[in-house]
Amino acid sequence: MTVSHSNHVKALEAESIHIIREAVAESERPVLLFSGGKDSALVLRLAVKAFYPARLPFPVMHVDTGHNFPEVLEFRDRTITELDAELIVASVQDSIDAGRVTEETGPYASRNRLQIEPLLAAIQQNKFDAVFGGARRDEEKARAKERVFSFRDGFGQWDPKNQRPELWSLYNGRHRQGEHVRVFPISNWTELDVWQYIRDEEVELPTIYFSHLRKVFERDGMLMADSAYIERMDGEEVFEAEVRFRTVGDMSCTAAVESPASTLDEIIAEVAISRITERGASRADDRTADAAMEDRKRQGYF
Amino acid sequence: MTTELVRLATTGSVDDGKSTLIGRLLYDSKQIFQDQMDAVEDASRRRGTDYVDLALLTDGLRAEREQGITIDVAYRYFATPKRKFILADTPGHIQYTRNMVTGSSTANIALILVDARNGVVEQTKRHSFLASLLGVPHLVLCVNKMDLVDWSQDRYNEVVEEFREFATKLDIHDLRFVPVSALLGDNIVNYSEKMEWYRGPTVIQLLEEIHVASDFNMIDVRFPVQYVIRPHRNGFHDYRGYAGTVAGGLMKPGDEVMVLPSGFTTRIASIDTFDGPLESAAPPMSVVLTLEDDLDISRGDMICRPRNQPEATQDVDAMICWMAEGPGMQAGSKYEIKHTTRWGRAMVNDLQYRLDVNTLHREEGPTQLALNEIGRVRMRTTTPFFVDDYRRNRQTGSFILIDESSHTTVAAGMITGKAT
Ligand SMILES: Nc1nc2c(ncn2[C@@H]2O[C@H](COP(=O)(O)OP(=O)(O)O)[C@@H](O)[C@H]2O)c(=O)[nH]1
Repeated sequence: MTVSHSNHVKALEAESIHIIREAVAESERPVLLFSGGKDSALVLRLAVKAFYPARLPFPVMHVDTGHNFPEVLEFRDRTITELDAELIVASVQDSIDAGRVTEETGPYASRNRLQIEPLLAAIQQNKFDAVFGGARRDEEKARAKERVFSFRDGFGQWDPKNQRPELWSLYNGRHRQGEHVRVFPISNWTELDVWQYIRDEEVELPTIYFSHLRKVFERDGMLMADSAYIERMDGEEVFEAEVRFRTVGDMSCTAAVESPASTLDEIIAEVAISRITERGASRADDRTADAAMEDRKRQGYF
Repeated sequence: MTTELVRLATTGSVDDGKSTLIGRLLYDSKQIFQDQMDAVEDASRRRGTDYVDLALLTDGLRAEREQGITIDVAYRYFATPKRKFILADTPGHIQYTRNMVTGSSTANIALILVDARNGVVEQTKRHSFLASLLGVPHLVLCVNKMDLVDWSQDRYNEVVEEFREFATKLDIHDLRFVPVSALLGDNIVNYSEKMEWYRGPTVIQLLEEIHVASDFNMIDVRFPVQYVIRPHRNGFHDYRGYAGTVAGGLMKPGDEVMVLPSGFTTRIASIDTFDGPLESAAPPMSVVLTLEDDLDISRGDMICRPRNQPEATQDVDAMICWMAEGPGMQAGSKYEIKHTTRWGRAMVNDLQYRLDVNTLHREEGPTQLALNEIGRVRMRTTTPFFVDDYRRNRQTGSFILIDESSHTTVAAGMITGKAT
């Protein structure tokens, strides 16, 4: 396969591969967080490239909210099988059943925040000390300041005031037992870079990224998928629309955008002229407060 | 389409207009999204400012917003048809040195702001010195707030002269000047109608034009081994590859290479990637090398050419920037050291001088280097490192020091020749 990327994407790819190898070389038990979304699909592809021709030298972990899009679960299982990788599932439902977290109620209930507990518990149980994530700095203001190797204390917490200086390509993943580092290999990619790479590399994605007909209702100016996981309020009528998703999260908090884009080229054309960030457009969870992400991240979120 | 990746670092002293300039670059290059703009308009209104404060676009974390200051390096992204930019936004005040050193370490271009009314101030000198110390190859001085000096060409020339004179003391190879008004957008993306006397490029034109392709060292072959790949799977049982990122020079299959520290020589058999073998590799590519002979090679080893080797040494002479609170660096202190992919321990033998970053005055024989201080030291390491002068290669000329108990990064180092 020969792929021709523009130079800047090649430079980004090289940087990401360097970061992934560095994290694996300097940790005991690395793991890759995989949501089934495009960013984690990209990190997974880069990780496969980093160790080729050897197999992926670490397992993949999914924090399962129990409110997933079925298309995403199907994609997850297929991808893991094709790579012959090991999948670990950390389940929010198990945490609820065991009484470790309490389900939110009401029309705005979401299991987003509830992911923190099973995520940190799984990290602890498996003694993972380097945890790959697909966050990008262009996504959100709190992310813009986060390091590529982001230290987490014994409680999994991030302290934005006390980050390690990170210079050149000299990453410091040193930690004590029980602490870990989150590693973000695609920190410097923008949404557009990701899409262009996915197109050029023919990286497979869940079908919900592409335009399809779906039963939705409108809430706060966003289109939410109608499902058993979200309670509709009075006046929220269900109708069918031609939509796609710009990010993959819970069915209860990920909104769709109206779009006829059914190919990667059409999506790229849309992204290139879009005037709304992907989070602003489609994450009900980030709209509640300007500092929502920062608060979640401090507690150990992705 | 081929676009180049260019890294920028911006600084200026407080209120020189850095945040406004960045907001302007992002806004005029259409990188600001409507929801971000709405949030900024909201925040401007809440603060009672009567214009939309573009500076708010680049404000980061909540605590910092509450204090009304930016205190960490934040990264921003924007693109033009020719280039994609990664901008390290470093604040001018608290912890300025640590942040600027961090932001500049990877930068191709430093954008430094001055207020046209004040001209070159102490902080301008400090920022320029740090950019030069960190080996940023290109420096652009933006003379801002030209609207407040009646768009005066004379004033602009004065500031330029003042800066040129100071810059002779620094190691800056490529220096450019632009008169701008970040607030009104003059000479940022669009030409200024108010300053017809200026015929040079706008800021964005400069950022697009400055030649960065030769910022990497393409002469001295340096390949720090990062990871040994042994597939243990069908078809690859005897495969042994050395993964890494090319830190210098051009490598080709068939080239004779030497491996350090062993000193064995062999030839490159292939340069492999997931996408197939390559005919050559150069910085900053990440590849896998296979070699003709079966040698014992591990992470931290360095592959180079027999007739062009880095210096193998346990005595490291370097400029250090101390980046941690608490007790500073003292003679006799021990740290972990990371240079390329190689770790060891280092002991400070001699603190030779501390540099006053404002006056460039050298204070001989200091007792310690504290937070944000820069000085020249000599260290002894437990294992040899394979180093080049930082001026020659930023990858093989740099290292970090790590505190042995807290594991935090406490210092950045740039390798220099022996002190004179
Ligand atoms: N008149 C004028 N004011 C400016 C200009 N650039 C910035 N300012 C103002 O100077 C103040 C400080 O700007 P800011 O961007 O926050 O400075 P920073 O501290 O360097 O980030 C703000 O009130 C800006 O509106 C300019 O070109 N002309």
